[in-house]
Amino acid sequence: MARKKESPSQTAGPYVHIGLTPGAVGIRGIYAQDLGKETGADAITLTGTVFDGAGEPVRDCLIEFTQADEKGRTKLAKVGRKTGKFTGFARVPVDLKTGKFRLKTAKPGAIKDIDGTLHAPHITAWIVARGINIGLHTRIYFADEAEANAADPVLSRVPKSRRATLIADKTGKSRYCIDIRLQGEDETVFFDV
Amino acid sequence: MAKATSKAGASARPGAVFPLRDRKWHPKPRDAGYRSSILRSPKKKLVIIPQTASELTGPVFGHDLIGNKDTDLITNFARSGKSAIGERIIVHGRVLDEQGRGVPDCLVEIWQANAGGRYRHVNESYIAPLDPDFGGCGRTLTAKDGSYRFTTIRPGPYPWPNGPNDWRPAHIHFSLFGQAFTQRLITQMYFEGDPLIPRCPIVRTIKDPKAIGQLVAKLDMDGAKPMDSLAYRFDIILRGARSTLFENRLEGN
Repeated sequence: MARKKESPSQTAGPYVHIGLTPGAVGIRGIYAQDLGKETGADAITLTGTVFDGAGEPVRDCLIEFTQADEKGRTKLAKVGRKTGKFTGFARVPVDLKTGKFRLKTAKPGAIKDIDGTLHAPHITAWIVARGINIGLHTRIYFADEAEANAADPVLSRVPKSRRATLIADKTGKSRYCIDIRLQGEDETVFFDV
Repeated sequence: MAKATSKAGASARPGAVFPLRDRKWHPKPRDAGYRSSILRSPKKKLVIIPQTASELTGPVFGHDLIGNKDTDLITNFARSGKSAIGERIIVHGRVLDEQGRGVPDCLVEIWQANAGGRYRHVNESYIAPLDPDFGGCGRTLTAKDGSYRFTTIRPGPYPWPNGPNDWRPAHIHFSLFGQAFTQRLITQMYFEGDPLIPRCPIVRTIKDPKAIGQLVAKLDMDGAKPMDSLAYRFDIILRGARSTLFENRLEGN
């Protein structure tokens, strides 16, 4: 049988929050809880802003983060509210006024890939918003993991001049910051995976 | 596409588990007709990377949080004894992979405007009234065969600031979360016969009419509930295979 074609993507639009994080925009009484409210850990805080090509914050976007736990484990149990365990998955709408996002989570450990290759600690991010016709996939690495970053097989595919766009600065104890630029001189590297 | 093979000994080859996306079938990221896309689309080429444990493992979103009533948008926000205003419809179908096999346990989330074309959102400013009995969202997990079903009201079309007189066709937003992050997809469902579909700048970011056709739900009289609701059938295709990922033989998966 001929392979079917993947359904084409469409923009999530400005009201993506109604569908994915209704509680965050004040729609209460339908669900007991939004899905992916947090990863279940708060060892580090990652903040930043998503900017468009004019340097304006993208105030209506939503980011999904997925990551390994502090030991680098990616096969996490399908848990929810009842267990309170670390899930490695979070949905974060940016602040509708400032465009800033904030994720409290675990600092991921180095990830051993399915074939044994070691990947530097990183968080996967997927960004959707009005004007983004197909979700943008990127990774966030950590500035204080220079040695692991230098050996990372994905970073090594990225031109040296652009690698810094994927690395969060350390801004304090357990605090990291990264801005994501959809377009422009310091455009963030986005992946086709 | 096969050009971007990984280095020897590196992770699963691009496309080894999930074939790379056909970016010509998907909408153009930057399309002059859809104004918002102009400053919000990358100008540099996407970097092709291997599929690694980060992208191939399943999502953890809290499966135990899905409630049975989450599929009924007619009543899930309504006051006691009330129901949402509008044409009652059933939207159902299957989530399939590219081989045509059902994707079970896929998280399907939908959101939409009310019958007047207005969303329940703090940033919404369209003059149509809010329906006090309509929230506009629903969610479910697909069954073993990939099937899903919602009851809702047909959303209204609405004007939006883009061109001088652009209107969105009636549509329902769909978010799909399959068995790996690589399958993640957000799209929209349109209604068969809507004359606004070919005029919509967002629809037209997709260039192939067959690809647009894939997002148009068909009126399904067999699925309709007499004296109650019309039905629309909407199947969705996600990337790749659904078989269990064998860590030691990705190629044969």
